[in-house]
Amino acid sequence: MARIGVFICHCGENIARTVDCAAVAAAAAKMPGVVHSADYKYMCSDPGQQMIRQAIAEKKLTGAVVGACSPRMHEPTFRRAAAEAGLNPYLLEMANLREHCSWVHEDRAAATAKAIDLVRVMVEKVKRNRSLYPIRVPIEPTALVVGGGIAGIQAALDIAGGGKKVILVERGPSIGGHMARLSETFPTLDCSQCILTPRMVEAASHPNITLMTYSEVEAVEGFVGNFQVTIRRKAKYVDWSKCTGCGDCWAKCPARKIPSEFDARLGARTAIYRPFPQAVPNKPVIDREHCIMLTKGKCGACAKACQRGAVNFKDQDELVKVKVGAVVLATGFDLWDHSAYGEYGAGKFADVIDGFQFERLASASGPTGGEIRRPSDGQVPRTVVFIQCCGSRDEKVGKAYCSKICCMYTAKHGMLYKHKVHDGRAIVFYMDIRAAGKGYEEFIRRAVEADGVEYVRGRVSRIYRRTDGKLIVRGADTLAGRAVTVEADMVVLADAVVPRSGGEKLAQLFGVGYDTDGFYSEAHPKLRPVETAAAGVFLAGACQSPKDIPDSVAQASAAAAKVLGLFARPELEREPVVARVNENTCVHCRACIQACPYGAVEDHEIRDRKGHLVRTVARVNEGLCQGCGTCVAICRSGCIDLEGFTDEQVFSEIATLE
Amino acid sequence: MSKSAASKLAEHVRRATGVDVAECYQCGKCTAGCPMARWMDVVPSQIMRLVQIGDDEAAARLLSSAAIWVCAGCLTCTQRCPKKLDPAAVIDALRELSYQQGKVPASQRKVLAFHKAFLKVVEKAGRMSEIPLTALYKMTSGDLVSDVTLAPRMLVRGKLPLVPKVVRNRRQMKRIFAACRKGDRL
Amino acid sequence: MTPLGYYPGCSDHGSGRELGMSVHALARLAGVELKEIEDWNCCGATAAHNLSHDLAVALPYRVLALAEAQGLAEILTPCAACFSRLKGTVVRLARSADLAARMRQVTGLEYRGPLRIINVVEFVNRLLAGGLKDKLAAPLAGLKVATYYGCLLSRGENIIEGDDAENPASMTPAVKAAGAQVVPWNFATECCGGGFSMSFTDAVVDLSEQILADARAAGADCIVTGCPMCHSNLDMRQLTINSRGRGPYDVPVLYLTELVGLAAGLGPKELGLDCHFVDAMRLLSRAEPRPA
Repeated sequence: MARIGVFICHCGENIARTVDCAAVAAAAAKMPGVVHSADYKYMCSDPGQQMIRQAIAEKKLTGAVVGACSPRMHEPTFRRAAAEAGLNPYLLEMANLREHCSWVHEDRAAATAKAIDLVRVMVEKVKRNRSLYPIRVPIEPTALVVGGGIAGIQAALDIAGGGKKVILVERGPSIGGHMARLSETFPTLDCSQCILTPRMVEAASHPNITLMTYSEVEAVEGFVGNFQVTIRRKAKYVDWSKCTGCGDCWAKCPARKIPSEFDARLGARTAIYRPFPQAVPNKPVIDREHCIMLTKGKCGACAKACQRGAVNFKDQDELVKVKVGAVVLATGFDLWDHSAYGEYGAGKFADVIDGFQFERLASASGPTGGEIRRPSDGQVPRTVVFIQCCGSRDEKVGKAYCSKICCMYTAKHGMLYKHKVHDGRAIVFYMDIRAAGKGYEEFIRRAVEADGVEYVRGRVSRIYRRTDGKLIVRGADTLAGRAVTVEADMVVLADAVVPRSGGEKLAQLFGVGYDTDGFYSEAHPKLRPVETAAAGVFLAGACQSPKDIPDSVAQASAAAAKVLGLFARPELEREPVVARVNENTCVHCRACIQACPYGAVEDHEIRDRKGHLVRTVARVNEGLCQGCGTCVAICRSGCIDLEGFTDEQVFSEIATLE
Repeated sequence: MSKSAASKLAEHVRRATGVDVAECYQCGKCTAGCPMARWMDVVPSQIMRLVQIGDDEAAARLLSSAAIWVCAGCLTCTQRCPKKLDPAAVIDALRELSYQQGKVPASQRKVLAFHKAFLKVVEKAGRMSEIPLTALYKMTSGDLVSDVTLAPRMLVRGKLPLVPKVVRNRRQMKRIFAACRKGDRL
Repeated sequence: MTPLGYYPGCSDHGSGRELGMSVHALARLAGVELKEIEDWNCCGATAAHNLSHDLAVALPYRVLALAEAQGLAEILTPCAACFSRLKGTVVRLARSADLAARMRQVTGLEYRGPLRIINVVEFVNRLLAGGLKDKLAAPLAGLKVATYYGCLLSRGENIIEGDDAENPASMTPAVKAAGAQVVPWNFATECCGGGFSMSFTDAVVDLSEQILADARAAGADCIVTGCPMCHSNLDMRQLTINSRGRGPYDVPVLYLTELVGLAAGLGPKELGLDCHFVDAMRLLSRAEPRPA
């Protein structure tokens, strides 16, 4: 006989506000098979869990239903409590009275009635539950880090420092990411390259780190602890085992006018190139879209110049398969394209630039050697206007969210400009100043008070270029209550931070969710900020939301800690929600084997004692099965069931609603 | 979800225009692009703010402001509002309210006189004609001297028709004006 | 061919008469019949819009109801201000059944709708596509034109389908077809002061002067527009601007229909070119008939 206990949680006010919890508990007490029913303000708290443990022990419960929040939130909590009291954890089920009921309804009576239904459904289900045991699988203790910016580098170094192997994959020819392009960093104004490049070198030379630059993730199979990842190593056309990085090749390359990605299109590069002098690895690749030899079939100047014979025009992309136990996604960000703003010149004015372009102008290694000279004519601008929230906080043309980093880097830009052009004017148009970091507010005040950066509160409506080259900026000073017109020589737009291109495809490969703006979704916004809904896949840096360097590094270290925590275990416990074939009724039609997206259903030969083949059936490999249910649906003889969600359980849930 | 209580003025504006001023986050882009802002005593972003506040003081300041009459209705604010709001429509609604309540400031009597003269001519004739409009405007606004030199030049160019064109079905025009009249005001 | 409904607007007989003249001249040349809405009334313009929202819809409503009763499906409204009122009313009525019911009551007239309202730019583009392009015999080679859209041809529901509110280009094909050249400039969509010509002349003078100054700086020989209000502010008020010691400016301001008419070899008086305040006749020397 079933002896079921029901526990209704108020979730503070969250459930109790719209659901009469005591009435639900009272109704549950009368349901067939229920021998215990109670309600409590916070069932997930220690006293709440104690109520469950006590009831299991005293009433000798054979199953339990907790009516509370989503099982995604607290199922592990309550199942642990059940296990502690000696009840198999899979004999406890949750009825979601919060997300599925109280949060989405207003009518108290109707919501209470629905809550009672939800509990009854689970009571019927749990009567048919059977004890299950977690599946144990071995872990491959190697991590894959995708993205070689500061977040990826930090995560790789921390994991490698913990004694585990790391494969660091980077799409571009060098690691370093956006940070390598920055001039100086807020709020301390230390030189970006000076603090970054040693870490780049460390990552490249670390014995536990395998660097794969100019490479992209192509395909992903497997699951936490045992991913098989296919990586496309793009043809470099340079044999790096021979190349010394001497530079003879790019000195001779005739394709010299290719806009440099590193210099934000303000400088040029050759077709055979390394992105910047401090690149890691410090060896060139050939950009096949611009190489004259590869596009037109003649040239070969670099090959002639190379004394080591390292240039190989016949190089091919290569697909490499690696086995890893965990993944850190650190794919970073791009700047939103402000050409969508017709009123700011639709991207057509040379002297209306973005933040990265200003960084390159201010950088000692940049195209102007660190002098602020405007792109159109190389003149030093006497008045520079900085516009914050360009594309951020704009539901009409841009993005609704705040890009978080622009307030700080714009203050830094104003400061750097004033340090370099003492008698120039730096005018910042802003909506709000968001400087909530250590030393950040002080930094903003320093820009205003010590360096004389002029702050004007208001958005800019329009920028146009007068025939004399002046950029006319029409803004507002909402504090003074008037419109303001500035004649500027250069305008810097703090474009919104958007996820790096290609991010959505990568997320789909790994089964990671992303929001409408393309930022990767963490498993829980507060309590699981570096995990994703895909077990074993972690997040670091701006791919999850706009972040500055300190935040990116902190999250990267957190992701590394999660990876190391995972690798610290000898094997992995997985939920036993897997498919099981009834081998007595299986007719071996193989439909399930073909349908399984994970390759988890295999042929299994049943032999007698003498080893003679009796018949062949389908069998599910528990280590591979993800419990998706595809085989259950496709099985013509109805002999596959999903543990924890059997047909019998589901039909009884439905039947009880009638 | 229930919305927070909006002011009476904000509620009136929402009903008249569909604009919920609570959505305005005071970025100032409307003010920044307004060609008339320099002649306004309350700039567009402040107009939105005062509607948000909407108490008696704010309403009094708004309805007797010159700004709502200085607005040229060019829609630049509406075109560029990053919150997809329609400040021009909000100002429209305030203007009508200001006129209904007799709060149009003295400084705007020329603008008001022009609009009223225009509608008077249309009410009587069904169509606008330059001579009756100018004559009526000059009489009611007291603005007698401006543009006197233009008239002969317009006449020469055929731009001052001496015989105004009129609508035949004047009863219909009368009915429309009567139906739209609120109290003694249009 | 079914005739195109025609709503002249009040300025057609007076201050904006060149527009109507040139529209008719082009229509004749293209063989398009314009059928004036019988007994049409004023759309209410800015005045009704400012003082009574009901009246601002009721006046255009009567026009729409008359047009519909007279069997017209499409109405050309060359005046950009009237266009804005008529099209705005069509849009609002389609959006709100309540408003439609109230207007039926106010006017005692029935309008089911929706009628299609087209403006002067759409009209010209349609004529060109329909064969007028081949009749442009006297291209205005080398003429530099600043196309001026103002508010009523670029923003809100007035925007021409497919055009970009910040960088409109719907007049460009017509200017190019006329053999002239569009100069890049900054004030194509800036406001001229609109209906404030009489009641707030100072503002109109300031705003219109900026437009003239930028057109001149951009090297334009003339400004082309589609709005009688803009035209009067830029053309007639150019005299006021000059009389106040600014400028002096001497920038001819043409309607798009006049420009295309010139390129088609139509007579200047037929187009109303002699009615301008700033001499536009001199542009004639540019319109040389194409050598056979």
